[in-house]
Amino acid sequence: MLEFLVGKFNYYIYIFLMMIGFYAMMGKRNLVKKLIGMNIFQWSIILYFISIGAKKGGSIPIVEGLSGHGAHIVSHASQYVNPLPHVLMLTAIVVGVGTTGVALALLITIYKKYKTLEEDEILRKIK
Amino acid sequence: MRIFYYILTCITGLLLIYGVSDMPKWGDPHSPASLHVSPRYIEKTLEETEVPNMVTAVLADYRGFDTFGETTVIFTAAVSCLLILRKRKKEKDV
Amino acid sequence: MIDKHESIIIKTISRILAPFVQLYALYVIMHGHTSPGGGFQGGVILGASFILLAIAFGIDEVKERFAERILTTFTSMGVFIYGFIGFVCFVLGANFLDYGILPVVEPRGMGMLGIEIGVGITVMAVMVSIFYDLSTYE
Repeated sequence: MLEFLVGKFNYYIYIFLMMIGFYAMMGKRNLVKKLIGMNIFQWSIILYFISIGAKKGGSIPIVEGLSGHGAHIVSHASQYVNPLPHVLMLTAIVVGVGTTGVALALLITIYKKYKTLEEDEILRKIK
Repeated sequence: MRIFYYILTCITGLLLIYGVSDMPKWGDPHSPASLHVSPRYIEKTLEETEVPNMVTAVLADYRGFDTFGETTVIFTAAVSCLLILRKRKKEKDV
Repeated sequence: MIDKHESIIIKTISRILAPFVQLYALYVIMHGHTSPGGGFQGGVILGASFILLAIAFGIDEVKERFAERILTTFTSMGVFIYGFIGFVCFVLGANFLDYGILPVVEPRGMGMLGIEIGVGITVMAVMVSIFYDLSTYE
């Protein structure tokens, strides 16, 4: 029971952040607040993936002790933190930036046409 | 209506916490994420590419084709933002 | 529209600080192999230096010096450098993006450096271009 609570504490933090983003996407009426909720959700997933690759007693994924060309260094897989989640999340961050930029451009176009950013007023004006 | 959203959020949170019981512990060196491909990348980085940074070696050498697609994605985001928002010059009156 | 800031402290400090930010960004791109960093990170820092100048001095002055037409050329140029290096490897006999065959000293490191420069240029131009489009409000 204690191991369930303390040994896996990083998952609870990321579930909490995810639920904050989830409620903001559904429950708020302003369009900008919904967009920020989507952004919070995305960042919680990125941080969750990075926390999976951690290892106890491992150092950052850069080979140390390199001094000149022909130095043969034997590196063991348990000395270094898993580099694969870091690589995949670099791509995910860049995709997030692109999505947020295009979404903000769409919001500016909506504001120019309907003069408001609240969801129920826009739905009333469309009808 | 808001009460319904609160209850839905709490139910989703509880289901996810129930799903945590299958996950590996924090800092476990034998978790499935660190077992199949990743030890080969860590051990062979310095002899196959002469670059000490493992993250850049995986991003630009072992998986270089995916980074090419990634650069195209961010280029497409800039082009679509430009298409939505830029004013055309022909509409100005003379 | 973003106007000129009225305080003289902000204008002077951002004018002094901008070249050092750009120098740090180039350092992060160039040292992608031996320390944490690389193309995406350095490109974002380089774009942030132009955004700093645009916030402090108003967007019309920065648009005079860094026009929108040059920005679109930069975005395409970064992707073109990436494909060009891959294509040179293809023409010389190996697979696409297989750096072992380039005729320079230490071919794998230099191939990766060329790729990271291309990615850095594209990311910088995309950041500044999205900022220009979002902050011009008629």
